[in-house]
Amino acid sequence: MDKKATMKAAADIRKLCIEELAAAGYGHIGGSMSICDILAVLYTDILDIDPKDPKKPDRDYLVLSKGHCGPALYATLAYKGYFDIEKLKTLNQGGTMLPSHCDRLKTPGIDVSTGSLGQGLSLGTGVAIGKKIQGLGGTVFVIVGDGELQEGQNWEAVQFIAHRSLSNIVLIVDNNKRQLDNYTENICKTFDYKSKFEAFGLHAFEADGHDVCDIYDKLTQAMKCGPSVVIMDTEKGHGCKFAEIPGFNHYMVISREMADEAIAEIDRRLEASYGQTD
Amino acid sequence: MGRLTDGITLDTGEMRAYYCKALINEAKKNGKIIVVDADVSHSVGTEPFYAEFPDRAFDCGIMEAQAVGMSAGMSETGLIPFFHAFGVFATRRVFDQIFLSCAYQKLNVKIVGADPGVTAASNGGTHMPFEDLGLMRLIPDCVIIEPADSAMYGAAVSYMANNYGVHYLRTSRRKTMRIYPDSAEFVIGKANMLADGKDVCIIASGIMVYEALKAADTLAELGVYARVLDMHTIKPLDIKAVTDAAKDCGAIVTAENHNVTGGLGAAVCEALAESVPVPVERVGVKESFGEVGTQDYLQKRFGLTAENIVSAAKKCISRKNK
Repeated sequence: MDKKATMKAAADIRKLCIEELAAAGYGHIGGSMSICDILAVLYTDILDIDPKDPKKPDRDYLVLSKGHCGPALYATLAYKGYFDIEKLKTLNQGGTMLPSHCDRLKTPGIDVSTGSLGQGLSLGTGVAIGKKIQGLGGTVFVIVGDGELQEGQNWEAVQFIAHRSLSNIVLIVDNNKRQLDNYTENICKTFDYKSKFEAFGLHAFEADGHDVCDIYDKLTQAMKCGPSVVIMDTEKGHGCKFAEIPGFNHYMVISREMADEAIAEIDRRLEASYGQTD
Repeated sequence: MGRLTDGITLDTGEMRAYYCKALINEAKKNGKIIVVDADVSHSVGTEPFYAEFPDRAFDCGIMEAQAVGMSAGMSETGLIPFFHAFGVFATRRVFDQIFLSCAYQKLNVKIVGADPGVTAASNGGTHMPFEDLGLMRLIPDCVIIEPADSAMYGAAVSYMANNYGVHYLRTSRRKTMRIYPDSAEFVIGKANMLADGKDVCIIASGIMVYEALKAADTLAELGVYARVLDMHTIKPLDIKAVTDAAKDCGAIVTAENHNVTGGLGAAVCEALAESVPVPVERVGVKESFGEVGTQDYLQKRFGLTAENIVSAAKKCISRKNK
């Protein structure tokens, strides 16, 4: 991977996502920001996909089980050329192709509809088995939130993946440590994800979810070793200055001025990080 | 004139065996058909499919939500999964998964719920679906089929395999009264008229078709002639058959092994209220939960007998032109 290029992609995706949410005037900023670096690595360095042929059967799949963070994925898809970047300004407007939660029938590049938390991993297992039975290549990546792991269905799916030794699916946990109401730890203690997943029979990796190299390394390792999960240590709101707050940031009202300031800050930080990288 | 029930006897085989045979026959022609179970393959009778197609059958264990979500994902890749469970777990327990993971995103998943209503018998109230039709009717475009006997499985399974969308098959698993000859033909969405009459029309599904025929025999002895419709497709409802019956008979009795709220009776009332409003009496379960007992006991307990249909028919006829 080209670290600088991927960091630039992550910054561009963040900026597009903020523009998109600002056009709507509000939205799920916190959880969208926490997955931008993961999406940048997946779509720049890992996924075997073709924006000109979004439905090719042997493609890699991305299931964003935390469907309310669709805006981050839409920004990524627009960045990759699945559709015109201008469309991002229609988020949540009546008749839009970009609804708040991911919809496979409306948006090119969205593989699976999500929104009712806890269902994406099961859908992913079905795609993985469907590929296997029909001899189709490609890996299925499923992103779940840490709050979302409170849904029991996830653990049904994890047991199933482990029992069947499914090697063409990789689970990614966006462990931003917060859910809508509060810090996850305060709502319902999570205990140690790594040992929980290992107890369920998966290979568990941990990565800094905002370090593109670490994300890439752990995902590529996970892809090689059978049923696996990568637990990404992330920060809710990361990279968007006004959302990097200890208070409520699940969704926020976003003014033009807030967006402009946040976007300028992303550029400043990227410049600074280039200095460190060099 | 012979009685409608002459020659109708208990089937020699179990419904689940006929169902699985029909599914295997279809799967031999269609390599996309997959069986998904949630630890009741033995009970619902899909075990022979595992022997025939070991790579196309998945017993997930006791995880219905996973089984339905996985079925949806399989469908995304072009497969045609048939998910099986007891009716309560195939529908009520996984309503959101069927709604959002399957129907909302327009995937091609077939739901098969065994043991409708009182046929759950000794499994009792926890396993006795009186509400599955109501739930599934709420899902846009969901096709709902309830065969009266084993003769329909070939047509039902073939329809489900060859028509895209979320479909629900509500099916008994044990022996049931054999209404139809092997040669009977079924068109999904079109009711079968088993008797014609002009005084009242009994619209029934599932095990209540036989009760309807018995009721029609009793009514005929009283000089009352009933039309009997086997409404094997609950959705889309055969509106023409229903409105024709209303025009021709002027009184309708529905008979279902289900709560009268949300099921066949409700569907018929909704259709008639908007077209040919005639008196309707609904025979079915009323504001009750299931309980244990033999099927015979439970049919009496919940008012699901030919006698209940006869009483309803008399009452309905008396309401004509009032």
